[in-house]
Amino acid sequence: MNKLLSHAAARPLLFVLMLLPAAQLVWGAFANTLGPNPAEALIRGSGDWVLRSLVLALAVTPLREALGWTALARWRRMLGLFAFFYGVLHFLCYAWLDMGFAADDIVRDIAKRPFILVGTAALLVMVPLAATSFNAAIRMLGAARWKALHRGVFVAVGLALLHFFWMRAAKQNFGEWSVYAGLVALLLGWRLWRWRARPAPGVQASHPARQRAAAPRAQGGRAVGPPP
Amino acid sequence: LPGGKSAVAGAVTMDKPTARQDATSYNNFYEFGTDKADPARTAGTLKTRPWTVAIEGAVKKPRTIGLDDLMKLAPMEERIYRLRCVEGWSMVIPWVGFSLAELIRQVEPTGNAKYVEFITLADKAQMPGLRSGVLDWPYAEGLRMDEAMHPLTLLAFGMYGEVLPNQNGAPVRLVVPWKYGFKSAKSLVKIRFTEQQPGTSWNKAAQQEYGFYSNVNPKVDHPRWSQATERRIGEDGIFAKKRPTLMFNGYEAQVGQLYAGMDLAKFY
Repeated sequence: MNKLLSHAAARPLLFVLMLLPAAQLVWGAFANTLGPNPAEALIRGSGDWVLRSLVLALAVTPLREALGWTALARWRRMLGLFAFFYGVLHFLCYAWLDMGFAADDIVRDIAKRPFILVGTAALLVMVPLAATSFNAAIRMLGAARWKALHRGVFVAVGLALLHFFWMRAAKQNFGEWSVYAGLVALLLGWRLWRWRARPAPGVQASHPARQRAAAPRAQGGRAVGPPP
Repeated sequence: LPGGKSAVAGAVTMDKPTARQDATSYNNFYEFGTDKADPARTAGTLKTRPWTVAIEGAVKKPRTIGLDDLMKLAPMEERIYRLRCVEGWSMVIPWVGFSLAELIRQVEPTGNAKYVEFITLADKAQMPGLRSGVLDWPYAEGLRMDEAMHPLTLLAFGMYGEVLPNQNGAPVRLVVPWKYGFKSAKSLVKIRFTEQQPGTSWNKAAQQEYGFYSNVNPKVDHPRWSQATERRIGEDGIFAKKRPTLMFNGYEAQVGQLYAGMDLAKFY
């Protein structure tokens, strides 16, 4: 599996696959295949892919560690950036199609509607993460601070889930929401379980091998840092 | 189902009718699912014959009318109405039917009849959406007597010159063009005349969001979104700005006097 995942074509292929939903939405907007309310379809379609990208990005570390698919590590940054990309697309669709880019209307709408406020907050939390997603940023911040900053993804996914929950609350239609919430709970639960199961810091210090293993990560400026 | 010309003021809007395909595939009819694509997909199970409508409550002539007799009660007219959904989109639909007032006159309401309650079919065997707890079933709506008697208030049996498709509320539904769409109850089985204001499904589900009157009003926002603008399905392009919503959905000249002196922010 690792061999397959680290194939030279694997990452470009993932890139194209993740771009397909956006291409399909843009194509649908011009070909008029998005149904009776294409604006709504664009806003909702782009929003769906924020959650999907976030779930995929959060799945990288558990899969890598639990199944030993170490090659997956190279995918995490791209998936995170796609979450941000679809988030920006989602916001642009809302700001343009729903609000006609009227800045004062948008500001008033964000302040007035809690679910819009929470969605906007989720996007804003992702901004510094996307802005520091290149190798030099890790060197500049230092691995520890970079890592702490990128734990913001947990905040972003929580806000995104709340945003989607409120949106669906009007019709009490929580089927789809439960799938996303369940997956996120599983992926975060795994992290919690692993964090609790790890040896105490004092014990850790007596394992030079572990420290040696961690050192290159901290100093090597690898794009994909230690699992948050 | 042909409909003749209507002499009622405001019966035929000059707005361009929505494409039939859009009006029959983008529907809120929760008995068949909460997604707007659901009703067109799942409403095939609705059996519209035989069908009866029970008229009861404060009337001198309570009766249960079969659909065929009901359809012969008055001449069918074509009414091209704007439809404004509370969610912020709108359509223009050519309905076929006659004024509800025609029926009301024939059953002779008593002096106690101050309101009219409309009850929709709720049959689990035919309506998969009833499994959802989103609303109190059966779906119930209501009008004040003068609203129900207004000539624009339509008892509709068809649209686009044909009998109503199931997803649009077959075989008989209400259409109240100056109120948000959910006031226009579909697939009616009971019309009850009451002295007290009847409870309505959406009011019970979210009292602060949906009042009894629910008149289209751009100045009174829904607690969770603005009602000042709307998107006309199929006509306003994706990138077009939404159009302004009109007071009473553009029927102010015809119905404004019904609400003279009322605080419409309080009676929303």
